[in-house]
This record gives sequence, C-alpha cells and structure tokens, in this order.
Amino acid sequence: MSASVLRIDGLRVKVAGTEILRGVDLEVRSGEVHALMGPNGSGKSTLSHALMGRGDYEVTGGSVTIDGEELLGLPTWERARRGLFLAMQYPVEVPGVPIDALVGAALRAAGRADGEAARELVAAEARALGLREELLRRGVNDEYSGGEQKRAETVQLAVLRPRFAVLDEIDSGLDVDALRDVARRIARLAAEQGLGVLAITHYARLLSELRPDRVHVLLAGRVVLSGGPELADRLEERGYEGIAAEVGVDELTVGVPRPPEPFADPTAGSDPFADPFA
Amino acid sequence: MSGAAAFTVDAARSLGGPSWLAERRVAAAEQLAQVAWPTPAEEIWRYSRIDELDLARYRPMTADELGAPGDERAPGGGPWAAEAGERAGMLVVRDGRVVHHELDPALEAKGVRVCDLATCDDEVVRESVGVAADAGADAFTLLHDAFVAGGPFVYVPDGVVVDRPIVVLHWAEGDGEASFPRTVVRLGEDAEATVLERFGSADAGHLVDAVVELLLGDAARLRYLSIQEHGPRTWHLGFQRAHVGRDATLHTSAVALGGDYARLRAEACLLGRGARSDALAVYFGDGTQMLDFRTLQDHDAPWTSSDLLFKGAVEDEARSVYSGLVRLRRGAQKAVAHQTNRNLVLTEGAGAESIPNLEIEANDVRCSHASTVGPIDDDQRYYLESRGVPPDEAERLIVLGFFDDVFARLPVGALTRRLRRAVVDKLEHRRPR
Repeated sequence: MSASVLRIDGLRVKVAGTEILRGVDLEVRSGEVHALMGPNGSGKSTLSHALMGRGDYEVTGGSVTIDGEELLGLPTWERARRGLFLAMQYPVEVPGVPIDALVGAALRAAGRADGEAARELVAAEARALGLREELLRRGVNDEYSGGEQKRAETVQLAVLRPRFAVLDEIDSGLDVDALRDVARRIARLAAEQGLGVLAITHYARLLSELRPDRVHVLLAGRVVLSGGPELADRLEERGYEGIAAEVGVDELTVGVPRPPEPFADPTAGSDPFADPFA
Repeated sequence: MSGAAAFTVDAARSLGGPSWLAERRVAAAEQLAQVAWPTPAEEIWRYSRIDELDLARYRPMTADELGAPGDERAPGGGPWAAEAGERAGMLVVRDGRVVHHELDPALEAKGVRVCDLATCDDEVVRESVGVAADAGADAFTLLHDAFVAGGPFVYVPDGVVVDRPIVVLHWAEGDGEASFPRTVVRLGEDAEATVLERFGSADAGHLVDAVVELLLGDAARLRYLSIQEHGPRTWHLGFQRAHVGRDATLHTSAVALGGDYARLRAEACLLGRGARSDALAVYFGDGTQMLDFRTLQDHDAPWTSSDLLFKGAVEDEARSVYSGLVRLRRGAQKAVAHQTNRNLVLTEGAGAESIPNLEIEANDVRCSHASTVGPIDDDQRYYLESRGVPPDEAERLIVLGFFDDVFARLPVGALTRRLRRAVVDKLEHRRPR
C-alpha cells in the first residue's frame, strides 16, 4: 500500500451555534498511530464526527484532506469511500441489519467484493477478535454489550481496510481482555497494512497496548501540545490541569453544555419522588 | 359514501346456490335496506377513506358471470403457488368462486376437506359459516352476506395434522364489479394446519368485500397468512374474525402491499381457557394508496394470551392507519396481552396513524402496548453511511431490517425472498418529488 497522509488544517467547527473546535491541526501518515487526548468537553467527539461529516456539525473553517483531496463538503459515505473510517464511541443499533450485510453493502458499493465474500471475511475476523458468532446473525449492535460493540467496530475496520481510522474512545466500556484484543488488532493493522490511526481517548490505558508514535493534547478545541509516547506518561502524572498550566491555557473545555448522554438515565438528577414542599 | 343501487334483494336472490346459503343471502339483503353506511365520523372508520367509496360505481356479478365451479387456473396463480413451496392442497378462487381445488389424497383419506362452501355437500359447512363473523357484522359484512357466492372452505378433523401449507389463491378482475369471497377455516380438536391465502387482482376498479372466519377447536393450532397484492385501483374491505378454543393457538400474519384503499379488520376472540393468539403484519404503502388496519384482541377466558406486532412503512403520498384494541373481559383473569405497532414514514408527503387502545375489566392481568411513527433514524443512516454505504442502499438496508423480525416469524419461509423483493421494488419506484 502506498503511503498516504491525512491532514487536518485549522479545523473550526460549531455545534448548535457554539464554536467547539477552534483551529485543530493534525497530520497522520500511513502506518502511524497517533493518540489525541483530552478531558471531557475538550472537543474530542466533535472532531471525530466533523471528520466523518455528521449533519449537525457546522464546519466554519479549515480543511481535511487525504493525499491532498479535500473531504469537507463530501457526504459521509464518500469520505468513507476515500479511505476514512470512524469507530464510534456509541455505535448505533440497526435492527435487522447484520454486520455482514452492512459490510457487504459497503464493499459492493466500492466494487470490492460480493455478499458471499463479505460473509466469510466477517466470520473469520469475528473469530479472530472473539466476537460471538451468534451476534453475527443479529442486527449490528442490537443488544450487544459495550465490549461486543467495540469488538464489532474493530471487525468492520479490519474487513473494510480503510486508509485512516479515527477511534472515538474505543476503550470506553471495554474490559481488560477486550481492550487488549481490540488494541492489538488495530496495532497490527497499522504495522502490517499501513493503517493510519488517530485514537481519541482520555485514558492512558489504551495506549499501553496501542503504543502510539505521537501523542497530542486537545484542550478547549485546540491541540495545545504534541510529543512522543512519553507525553502520555507526563499527562498521567500531571493531569490536564497541570498540562494546561504548563502551556499557559486557561480553560480545559469549551463552555457549552455537553450533548445529552444517549444512555443516561432520564430521571437522574431529578428525584421523581422528592417532596416538593421540602 | 353513497347508495348501493345495484345491490338489491332481487340481485341477491338470483345468485342461486344451496338453499341455506340463498336464505342467508336474502335475509342479509333485506337488512341491508335499513343499514346506515359508515362514515369517518365513526371511531372504527376514523382516518379511513370510506367517504370516497361510491357503491353506485360497482355492481355484483350475476350467477352467469360467476359460472359453475370448475377446474381452471387463475391468472398468475401457477408461478405464485410454485414460489410458496411444497403444499398439501390448493384452492383457486376467481371473483369469490372456487374454480379449482386439490388436496393430497392421504389427507383426504383422513377426512381433511378443501372445497367451495357453496358446493360442498356437507353439514359441517352450514354449521361453520357465520359462527365467528355474524357477531361482529357491520354494513360491509352484511353486504358480503347478501352477495356471497361461495369461497374456500378448509376443514381439518379432530387430531389430524396437515404438515404442509394449504394455499388459497384469489383473483379478481372485473372493472366496476364487486366480489365477495368468503373463507372459512375450521380446525377440530387438537388439529393443526397452515393456510396461506393470497389476494390479487388486475389493474381494474374492482371492489373486494371479503370475510374470513377462522374456527379453532380446543387445542387446535392454526397458522394463517394472508397476503394482499391487489392491483393499484382495487378496493379491498376485509373482515377476519377468529374463535380460539381452550388451549388452542392461533398465529395470524397479514402482508399488505397492494390496492388503492385496502382495509383489514382482524379480530381474535380468545374464548377458551389458555387460548393464545399471535398476530403479525407487514404493510408498505406507496403512491396514493391507503392501508388500513383495525385489530381486536378479545380475551374472554382466564389464562389467555395474545401478542401483536404490526409494522408498516409509507412513502410518496401513501397513508396507513393502525387502530388496535386489547379487550380484557371480566373473566379474563391471569391474561397476558401485548400490542406493538411501529411505522416508518419515508417521505414528507406520506403519513401514518397509530392508535393503540386498552379496555380492561379484569384486575389480575398483564398488558402492554407500544406505538411509534417516525422517519428513518438519522443516527442509523449516519452509521451505515460512515461505513461507505451509499444513502439509497443504507435506506434499503434499514427498511428491510425494520421488517426483518416480522419476516423471520412468518409461517411460510419460502415467501420471505419474494416479500423482501416487493419491499425493495417499492423503494426503487418511489415517485420523484
């Protein structure tokens, strides 16, 4: 596979009228593993969805290219066709659409394989990643556990073979075994297939398996610090506040309410049985 | 709607047939003179297009036109039946009259019967017609009773198991004509059968006023699947009513794809302790058609259970209505009832109504209902597209996936491929906006 470059240049993004990303610059090359770390609210998930072209994210400036070809302005599926993959933090349940049907449709659309081949590729990759065979007969993510969802995202990543993968908190909701399986598979894809990886996380534990070449710190919508793998250790030691003080940034997060957590208990925080006269 | 000019007592009388049927017909025709035709103001016709029905545009077929029962094939019947796979028997029905029937001789030897209810010479036919439907009669049931010329009768005696489907193929084609097919399926105690009924018609302004009676003896098991694939100008007014005996299990499924206005009123009466009813439906409206469902899960005995899952999609300017009632009568202690209706509205001009209802008179029951109406979920679309699936293909996958749990539970698995193809065909022929 020839070497490619994913370049993010001065990316500015608004969500619901508020600027969340304030000029993000990053460059990932084939076979490289980059970690992007930041606290909740720093704009990590906004970056991943803005890269993939989700509808409710308004890009107000900058560019995102693969080998010089602009992705911004392209619909989501065209970005995927140009080699970008997003492993989602909250993969969406699609009842009645099993992984092989989904992957088969994607491969067919790209003229790369037929349905039968997709089924075999998915089955083999699922075995390798320890995803229960029974889940392959269900709709993708339909009543999967958190760990199963992340294994399933990795199965799709491995079968679809994109040039670049953005992993949005792929470590969240994973037990130690699943984390190891997923991280090792992705590290191998980078080493053997030349996959370029941008792993977004706020925990260092993913990085002990994934072994990034570069680590970046995202605070309040900007990459404020980049370095080698040792930066993750420094972050572990000093925390985001320590790093912020070091680089002279006042705020860690962007001053907007976080989007509602999709699996949150809707009654949390307001006790429905509270005495209104108390 | 307006008057029934051609539907007179004389016309009903002139249809002939066995005396018991002729008497039923004339009695119904006489009552018809006093009947008030429904309007959308009545709850059970709310949201319907019944005010567009002009009965004066239709006439009943004469005895000559219907002809004698024979042994011909219905157009389209051959390949259709082949796709349904292996079968135990078949009835071909044209304009409400059975024109061909066949049954595995081994089953015939066990007393199983398939025939036209107007021509079978049998006491059991006479005892069966009207058993379920008479109690729920409305104006169109009366109209049906006044002009019914015949229809498929399926009988399975006590303890007999029919291990392959019995296939019933309906065809109607006269423009400006009305037909009145009557289906009666009767299962004796501990009997078992699968009946697949397909309604089709030409691209003609035809009115089908159909009544289906499903009678299950104690511990009987019936799987009944009806598939409505009428031509685009056909009106279909269907009334299906089941009596489910003690410990008997009824599994009904309805697939509705065709017609201009197609209505199915489907009622399951759980009359014996431990009776069970499972009801499924898949419907997909496009163009300007309306698909209209009224269901009743009527629990009238203890330890009865019912489950209903109706799933539909609409596109273009099509409309759908689902209105369902779960009734738990006083005697239905320990009953369990569930009812779910889900609708996908695929284009802005289309619309779906969903009205679930509960009526509970017993105090020790479990009951749930759920209903949704909405477009395809944006997150699902985004998820599929993020894998490189183009938008049309993503929508196709999501819609097929939406119907998949119902398709997977249909009793005739061989038909699933055909039904999935019909769904894809509708998606691909969406009208440009």
